[in-house]
Amino acid sequence: MKYIDEFRSGELAAGLSTAIRRDAHAGRQYRLMEFCGGHTHAISRYGLIDLLPPNVRMIHGPGCPVCVLPIGRIDQAIRLAREQGAIVATYADTLRVPASQQLTLLRAKAQGADIQMVYSTTDALAIARAHPGREVVFLAIGFETTTPPTAVAVLAAEAEGLANFSILCNHVLTPAAMHAILAAPNGVPIDGFVGPAHVSTVIGSAPYEPFADDYGKPVVIAGFEPLDVLRAIHMLIHQVNDGRAAVENEFTRAVTREGNRRAQAIVDQVFELREAFEWRGLGTIPNSALRLRPRFADYDAERRFAAPYIPVKDNKACACGEILRGEKRPQDCRIFGTVCTPENPIGSCMVSTEGACAAHYTFGRFREAAA
Amino acid sequence: MSAPYVRPLDVKRGRVDLSHGSGGRAMAQLIEELFASELANEYLAQGDDGARLGRPDGRLVVATDSHVVSPLFFPGGDIGCLSVHGTINDVAVMGAEPLYLAASFILEEGYPLADLARIVASMAAASTAAGVPVVTGDTKVVERGKADGVFITTTGVGVLRNGVDCSGAYARHGDTVLLSGSIGEHGMAIMSLRENLSFEAPILSDTAALHGLIATLLAAVPDLRVMRDATRGGVATTLNEIARQSGVGMLIDEAAIRVRAPVEAACELLGLDPLYVANEGKLVIVCPPQRTDAALAALRSHPLGAEASVIGRVHAGPGNFVQMQTRLGGRRIVDWLSGDQLPRIC
Amino acid sequence: MCLAIPAMVVEFKDADRAIVDLGGVRKDVSLALVEGIAVGDYVIVHVGYALQRLDVAEAERTLALFRELGNETPRAPAALGASP
Repeated sequence: MKYIDEFRSGELAAGLSTAIRRDAHAGRQYRLMEFCGGHTHAISRYGLIDLLPPNVRMIHGPGCPVCVLPIGRIDQAIRLAREQGAIVATYADTLRVPASQQLTLLRAKAQGADIQMVYSTTDALAIARAHPGREVVFLAIGFETTTPPTAVAVLAAEAEGLANFSILCNHVLTPAAMHAILAAPNGVPIDGFVGPAHVSTVIGSAPYEPFADDYGKPVVIAGFEPLDVLRAIHMLIHQVNDGRAAVENEFTRAVTREGNRRAQAIVDQVFELREAFEWRGLGTIPNSALRLRPRFADYDAERRFAAPYIPVKDNKACACGEILRGEKRPQDCRIFGTVCTPENPIGSCMVSTEGACAAHYTFGRFREAAA
Repeated sequence: MSAPYVRPLDVKRGRVDLSHGSGGRAMAQLIEELFASELANEYLAQGDDGARLGRPDGRLVVATDSHVVSPLFFPGGDIGCLSVHGTINDVAVMGAEPLYLAASFILEEGYPLADLARIVASMAAASTAAGVPVVTGDTKVVERGKADGVFITTTGVGVLRNGVDCSGAYARHGDTVLLSGSIGEHGMAIMSLRENLSFEAPILSDTAALHGLIATLLAAVPDLRVMRDATRGGVATTLNEIARQSGVGMLIDEAAIRVRAPVEAACELLGLDPLYVANEGKLVIVCPPQRTDAALAALRSHPLGAEASVIGRVHAGPGNFVQMQTRLGGRRIVDWLSGDQLPRIC
Repeated sequence: MCLAIPAMVVEFKDADRAIVDLGGVRKDVSLALVEGIAVGDYVIVHVGYALQRLDVAEAERTLALFRELGNETPRAPAALGASP
């Protein structure tokens, strides 16, 4: 697969690993947060820890939109299916997130709720067209990568006058979450960020400049493949060594400073900022999420169905909050791997394959056993 | 000497209806004209409820499997040949020579007879090619909506070969792990239909009867430790099953596992891991280390094992982890599948 | 939420949709979020939408850099304060 396989070369990885080991100063700790869940997954799935020296530590960040989705939001989706008889169309990633009353979307489906898995908003629109007598609600989740496709779908629904289609909007914003991490009072010290790959494709590199300028933290935007991640770590190590804090771009083949202006314009046409939004693990963050503009009120399931959001507290034993903020590692959670496993996830960090806990459990927990 | 039927079964346009399962004349006609004519052999010709078999020279092995695949027809095969191959393989991986099959059908009211005839013809072809006859069977019909077209359960009987003793519990520290060929084809052939992916060259299911390959292997390496066909849950599941059963760990090499380009690409598009995708014609083998060359040569000498490779080795643990050296050089584990492998978009 | 992959545009279905090819697998994607795409271009595909054109010159440049980094003469392990 062109432009994929080349970025997974073991030979080039060895070269990058050598460069990192050479350039990281012995006796200095490098604490680097990879914000994006896709990077967390890549690091675990390829065993990249083995290619890094022990003084370079990767801290998993909250950039996993499933992980930061509060329980109450899944409850909302389930209620719409059960109480409104709506067809709830969703990406597969949300199906096993634990909600209230021991439910998940998958279990609600087994109990008769009409929940359908889709790959694309295009599929959700098709379901709405095929069932004109039924309400179809698309569970919209994701950071800035996934928001433009939702915007396109809402515009298409409006253009064709699709009367039975709406979205339950849970789109969230990356810079706001990064602020929350850095501003947290007892936050874990971070020397630099590996910036998200495909979010940056859309928003560009410019939005990260405040983190470098105001917080003095270097940001290197990294592509999605393991060689990209290694090179971004290498670039961060150089910045830290030099005492610099700038936004650098490793993913030059897909990210520019401005990003995708067309996608940004489409999103801006359809969505506006919510004043505040509750994030699992990070609490309520101002200006961190989106909702549909008043023009599209008919397509907003929360307004269309008067389906209020009811916050629900996380399980007391769940350490997802601290893990999402990088304060704890998965193995530090009391119930990791015992009560909380991918078969029986207590918190969302264990459900999504990008969640720090699921990634560590699925790919990395042998390291504790070997130790 | 056939029973008097007013007219022949309308295979072209007819459909299964409840009378075909009632035990009466309609059912007899269905069996005679659609099943027995295709699967014809001396046992079925006797027309009894069961089959009288010879007494084999060794211990008996029996295996059974239900087949509920959907869609019923897919690139490279159908539920008919799948049900024959699958049970032959289950018997063969025990180290036994498959001798006979029994097949029972649950048919959904309304299912087209033309399609049923295609399925049965495919079973007959697979059975003949494998040299394992279907000696007895059963048919039931359920109301519309209670079955997905056709469900087939096949049971196979075989005789254990002399001197062969393999089990999932026999893997030992130092043993070699081999794989008979490329992975993920059956599962992705099915997925491609479901998910409206189209292919330049379609991915074909690898469904195949493996008893010939196994016979060749056992002739060269009679002291094989483990043989298992990697079906649902993929190679990852099979490796973990063996590791747990034997109380060992494994270390495998990602670069040694063959995945055909379109399978890899389809998995990439859908966010799936080929290690967990179903196969229907691949073996995982564990053999004593000094037997590695002989095992590999035997596999490669057979058309179904032409792409066989050594993929790793067994070690003592700790834990029954299947560790993998990734192509990047780092390590991770290949864990048990949790739930269904759902495509990820994240 | 980033699972997005580069694939080559092989055919236009209409102004807004194209067929892309990844390793011989063809998929239908929306072009609503990009412009100026031609057959032969590589695009990054996420949830059925092309998000951006891949700059293949930059891709080659990046790979060349990786090769160069791998070929640099190994030095003595860096002491604190040594420049890269």
